[in-house]
Amino acid sequence: MSVIATSASAGASSTWRHTLWVLRGNPVTAFAAIGALALCFIAVFGPWLVPYDPVASNVSRALLPPSTLHWAGTDQLGRDVFSRLIVATRLDLAIAASAVTLSFAVGAVIGAICGYMGGRLDRYVGRFVDILMAFPLFVLAMAMVAALGNRVENIVIATAIINLPFYIRFARAEVNVRRNAGWVEAARACGDSHLSVILRSLLPNVLPAMAVQVSLNLGWAILNAAGLSFIGLGVKPPTPEWGIMVAEGARFISTGKWWLVAFPGLALMMTVLCFNLLGDGLRDILDPRMRT
Amino acid sequence: MSLISEHGPAAAVAGGAPLLAVDNLHVSFSTRNGVVDAVKGISLMVRPGETLGVVGESGSGKSVTAFAITRLLDAAGRITQGRILFKGENIAAASHKQLRNLHGAAVSMIFQNPRAALNPIRTIGLQISDAIGAHERISVSEGRMRALELLRAVLIHDPEKRIDAYPHELSGGMCQRVMIAMAIASKPALLIADEPTTGLDVTTQKTVMDLVAKLIADRDMAMILITHDLGLAARYCQRIVVMEQGKIVEEAEPRPLFDAPQHPYTKRLVAASPTATSTIADLAVHEGVIPGAPNGAGRESMESRSHGSSSRASRAGSDTENVKPSPGTPPLLEVQNLVKLYDGAVVAVDDVSFSIAAGTSLGLVGESGSGKSTISRLVCRLIDPSEGQILFDGHAIGDQPARGFHASPDRKDIQIVFQDPTESLNPRYTAFDCIAHPLRRLLGMKDGTALTSRVRECAERAGLPLDLLERFPHQLSGGQKARIGIARAIACRPRLLILDEPTAALDVSVQAVILQLLDNLRRSDNLGLLFVSHDLNVVRMMCERIIVLRHGKIVEEGSNTTIFSNASHPYTRTLIDAVLNISPPR
Repeated sequence: MSVIATSASAGASSTWRHTLWVLRGNPVTAFAAIGALALCFIAVFGPWLVPYDPVASNVSRALLPPSTLHWAGTDQLGRDVFSRLIVATRLDLAIAASAVTLSFAVGAVIGAICGYMGGRLDRYVGRFVDILMAFPLFVLAMAMVAALGNRVENIVIATAIINLPFYIRFARAEVNVRRNAGWVEAARACGDSHLSVILRSLLPNVLPAMAVQVSLNLGWAILNAAGLSFIGLGVKPPTPEWGIMVAEGARFISTGKWWLVAFPGLALMMTVLCFNLLGDGLRDILDPRMRT
Repeated sequence: MSLISEHGPAAAVAGGAPLLAVDNLHVSFSTRNGVVDAVKGISLMVRPGETLGVVGESGSGKSVTAFAITRLLDAAGRITQGRILFKGENIAAASHKQLRNLHGAAVSMIFQNPRAALNPIRTIGLQISDAIGAHERISVSEGRMRALELLRAVLIHDPEKRIDAYPHELSGGMCQRVMIAMAIASKPALLIADEPTTGLDVTTQKTVMDLVAKLIADRDMAMILITHDLGLAARYCQRIVVMEQGKIVEEAEPRPLFDAPQHPYTKRLVAASPTATSTIADLAVHEGVIPGAPNGAGRESMESRSHGSSSRASRAGSDTENVKPSPGTPPLLEVQNLVKLYDGAVVAVDDVSFSIAAGTSLGLVGESGSGKSTISRLVCRLIDPSEGQILFDGHAIGDQPARGFHASPDRKDIQIVFQDPTESLNPRYTAFDCIAHPLRRLLGMKDGTALTSRVRECAERAGLPLDLLERFPHQLSGGQKARIGIARAIACRPRLLILDEPTAALDVSVQAVILQLLDNLRRSDNLGLLFVSHDLNVVRMMCERIIVLRHGKIVEEGSNTTIFSNASHPYTRTLIDAVLNISPPR
């Protein structure tokens, strides 16, 4: 027993060593990982970190440029832009993360089943995905939010649905190349039903590749949520949200009040960049064959 | 320019001078675990017109040597020391331009997997003329004519039609002939064949190798034949070097080498190679000695082998049935008039009947397309038969659909060991999880002491060192993976074990150990074995009764001795003749 226990802990520490090894060899991934961790930290503790109340307006201090007092200036109602940026992180990340989780969970299972079973089901789901992808996806999301009602849950659902085709296709393709592998037959001989072959044997093999997709998609989902808010669907003012902040600030660009748009835009850009860069690094970390 | 030569007269002028001389060659690879020396100072020599065999097991550095000679090492590999003299010029220091002349025109290579080496979207005729065009200017029509000639030279049937075929329209043996045609297209002086027939059927292997030998002789070329198969080297080489862990341990002509090997490693290799008369017990495997294990896994493989069969090998000798079933009891497995159609039309298995008693083994022999793998999957109830009965222990199991058979009480009694140990292990499962898989699913065992001790017991029986249980398949050698596959198959104490080419992907010394292990399991557990293989010699040693299959039909059935000494069907005789072994030709 003790042998197993020690070798299991050795396995865990080797995972850490491997992760560190990948990060050391790839500083960009390390940078992205640190950025993503920082974002998560801000999302959780943001409201306690900010210097000002993000929704308290003070018209006497409206539209002040960045200064030591207001690092990112103030907006047209005198609210501190920096505080609003920080507090908005939680909402934006939460929308993106839940949307991606939802489409990942549903898409991976549907795609895996189609890829494994093939046949008529596969054809029907494939055509459905094709139809979904033939729509301009953002317009589809707009239509769904408009029809379902202007609420945060609906942004999540709309974002999840427009992401779904990618996950279905991805999981289907990855499972399809593995379904004739020897170990799938071996799992059948070991007493697995087709369903448990998919869930216990195939999905764990597909997940690393999909983790990359998740990371890339996370950035895209944040953009999507911000985009919906920008055009007035989804999160309502005065709630701090990057998309709304850009939308509100856009009115003042012509008068030279650049900080209203620049800082939320920068926040969006850095977040999306972080998750995209992380995606590539994740693949190296998660693949056991990269470990020696 | 001098690398290209009209080798005919040049060879005559050169007289006894070697065509290729490798002098103290070192090759190392930089990996993340530091620099690994793959070739550690080898020297060898090829004379004009000679066939030199380079034999050794996986990881011995034989392929690396070939790649170094052609300077085709991948980016991580480097020649750190030594000279490679081809007709007196040092290739090891040649420039890129000189190398372009060298490739194809002076030295060409044929590889293991011909289908993968051919471009799938170009016709074979175009690919052959590409190979000619790489070294001389030719018109399209001239290229086609030369390609036709070459196809004729490699004995491709109906070349006018085949020249416009794509690689996927040809069989594996035909693809290898096309590769050979490409390799000799630019009239090289030296041909390097790296495992040219691995993956081909035995009869195809024989025709391909006979063809290569004839071409070499006709065109006055020299050849380096790299192979793990001592029988192949014995038949086709004039001189053989034996490599172990990057070094040459012995060099001799085939007969003296195999009759009286000098180096201990060669002795082991020769002992482990089946001959026409050897039995399982003859394949002596000395404990604690390791044929080269790849990338630093040496220590583990040493342990794995010493765990291997020490306690059991001694008993393997007595080759008689132990328990005869009493007349009334039905055989363990009975297959009646089995038929399998694919897509309703293609007949994979055609009216096959046989039976296996407990504690006995039946060999199914056939080449690719004979339906032997289909039969193993039918009997294992992974696919459904189209017609016919499968009786296990007297009751019908063939009519239970395969999709529901995982829940059948018979599932744990019928287990299978797959051909490719790498392919049959889930890359995300540790060795422990692989062996525990059937215990968890079929016996409903939960994680805990009982499961752990059962897994360890199975691993021990299969000769897998316990400290490897937490490893993933990619961290293990081929032999270790094969043991996991066997441990998994015996975990639920099955009564019928189906072995689908269990040793086809293994080195000879590992094969010897695995065969002994399986034979011992059969005796100790009174297992029925269905042994599926293309290798007649292995089947002869493992099985009392043999069925020869061709195109899904049983061609011949009989005891191992009668099949070998007195085959009645011509196809069986062709198969037997194609078996290569290191004993002198009859």
